Amino acid sequence: MARAVTTQRKAINTAIAWIVGLLIFFPILWTILTSFKTEAEAIANPPVFLFFDWTLENYGVVQERSNYMRFLWNSVFLAGGSTLLGIIIAVPAAWSMAFVPSKRTKDILLWMLSTKMLPAVGVLYPIYLLCIRLGVLDNRFALVVVLMLINLPIIVWMLYTYFKEIPGEILEAARMDGAGLKEELLYVLTPMAVPGIASTILLNFILAWNEAFWTLNLTSVDAAPLTAFIASYSSPEGLFFAKLSAASTMAIAPILILGWFSQKQLVRGLTFGAVK
Amino acid sequence: MGQITLENVQKKFGEVEVIPPLNLEINDGEFVVFVGPSGCGKSTLLRLIAGLEDVTGGQITIDGADATNVPPAKRSLAMVFQSYALYPHMTVRKNIAFPMRMAGVDQAEQNRRIESAAAALNLTDYLDRRPGQLSGGQRQRVAIGRAIVREPAAFLFDEPLSNLDAALRVGMRMEIGELHKKLATTMIYVTHDQVEAMTMADKIVVLRAGHIEQVGSPLELYRAPQNTFVAGFIGSPKMNLIEGAAAAEHNAATIGIRPEHLDVSTTEGKWQGTVGVAEHLGSDTFIHIHGIPGCDPMTVRAGGEVDVRHGDTVYLTPQEQHLHRFDANGQRIA
Repeated sequence: MARAVTTQRKAINTAIAWIVGLLIFFPILWTILTSFKTEAEAIANPPVFLFFDWTLENYGVVQERSNYMRFLWNSVFLAGGSTLLGIIIAVPAAWSMAFVPSKRTKDILLWMLSTKMLPAVGVLYPIYLLCIRLGVLDNRFALVVVLMLINLPIIVWMLYTYFKEIPGEILEAARMDGAGLKEELLYVLTPMAVPGIASTILLNFILAWNEAFWTLNLTSVDAAPLTAFIASYSSPEGLFFAKLSAASTMAIAPILILGWFSQKQLVRGLTFGAVK
Repeated sequence: MGQITLENVQKKFGEVEVIPPLNLEINDGEFVVFVGPSGCGKSTLLRLIAGLEDVTGGQITIDGADATNVPPAKRSLAMVFQSYALYPHMTVRKNIAFPMRMAGVDQAEQNRRIESAAAALNLTDYLDRRPGQLSGGQRQRVAIGRAIVREPAAFLFDEPLSNLDAALRVGMRMEIGELHKKLATTMIYVTHDQVEAMTMADKIVVLRAGHIEQVGSPLELYRAPQNTFVAGFIGSPKMNLIEGAAAAEHNAATIGIRPEHLDVSTTEGKWQGTVGVAEHLGSDTFIHIHGIPGCDPMTVRAGGEVDVRHGDTVYLTPQEQHLHRFDANGQRIA
């Protein structure tokens, strides 16, 4: 029997969901609001919520002071490049683990995941020194590789979960139908895994876009993405909250819009395997 | 053509021997059923023939050519899977066309074969649908259609009906039987259901733990089971196997008598027992009788008009000419 839910209960649940949702979203909302305030209003006590003199001045200043487009391009390059590279490496890896597993496949998967448990700062020095030695500090391509490596375990895991959902019998049927490995991958597996690959790409793109630790530590000017762009407003001339907020808003806007339009895919991607 | 020969074919998964070395001859045009309980290796054997598993030892010959190391795609065999294994992203038409596309059959010929398979399998109206929009029976038909258009040397069926409901299963059983008559192509069919085996097969291969227990026509197996395992497995309800004094009387360790070869009476007979459960099917009555030494319960298949109830005392007499005798190792005594 389905659990009976009264109208009253439903209303309460909805209200709670809204409160929690707004609570989570509040910092972002506050950032966006602050970006339209003057510096004085931004630090006013008590804080002003909606009734202030709305101004676009901060955006003008930010755009004047730093080249937003260059940071944006770097972000796109890093997130896009690392995702693409990650997918190219992870698809065959996940494929072999899902369909021709060995005795050690589970161990390898866990070992890959364990690298995500290590605090990033633990390997900051080795990677930093390595970049210096190789002369690739503040280099976009190097950062693409680093970001790819950071997110690779997640990509492999996600794809592995997706591929696991594809019944092996369908691949065997393709083999019986005369398909070689190439045809099997091209005509049967890939089309079936497209939704999974798409949401993996999307999630990884967002993770790489938001990655701040490595992008801040390994870049200065040339390769600096939007995370560095935000950080540059928190110092050194003291805190300018309104301008910092404007910068933050500009930095998160593209990914927020992307996330908004693809939320269905994202949710599906994150819950795939768990919920059928 | 579809002559398949297995010579000393063996399969191990790691250290576990699933199929000990085994020999089997499947003749062209034959309908062969592999039957046995779960885990007896019948599906593994089919997969070895298909090439989906590699043999550990031995040789598989298809139409005179060594196929042991030939990949499945090149064995010219078609397989129908238990789960149908249709391509969910393709329409029925594309599903059926897929093996021909792989074989490079030209478009006109593809269409001709699709139309003819669809007509034969009542799928013409569904060609532009996807598998997800079809019922279980229709999906099974698509899977069969996909197998037919390849014009294979042999069809392999891996428990193709076990996902269907009982009524549909009987219908599909007949359709597959008719298909075999029409195409006269070798078919190898795996099932755990001995009724399917008995009704469809030209030749039944009874397997237990990877061993072939007996090969023969359905009636050979029914009339002269080689051992107690086959005796108990073939026939429904199961043959009664009686040990002890009653068997010793016939110079055997075990004697077997089928439920339909027992005469039941309320007044006199050889063995006396008490009715446990009586299943009245209308046409038949299956009576399970307790209290007979060496076999408990003993099952009797009596006519539909027999009126016995739980707790009644009944007498049973076996028809001597239908008695099966087995030695201490369970082997048939001629």
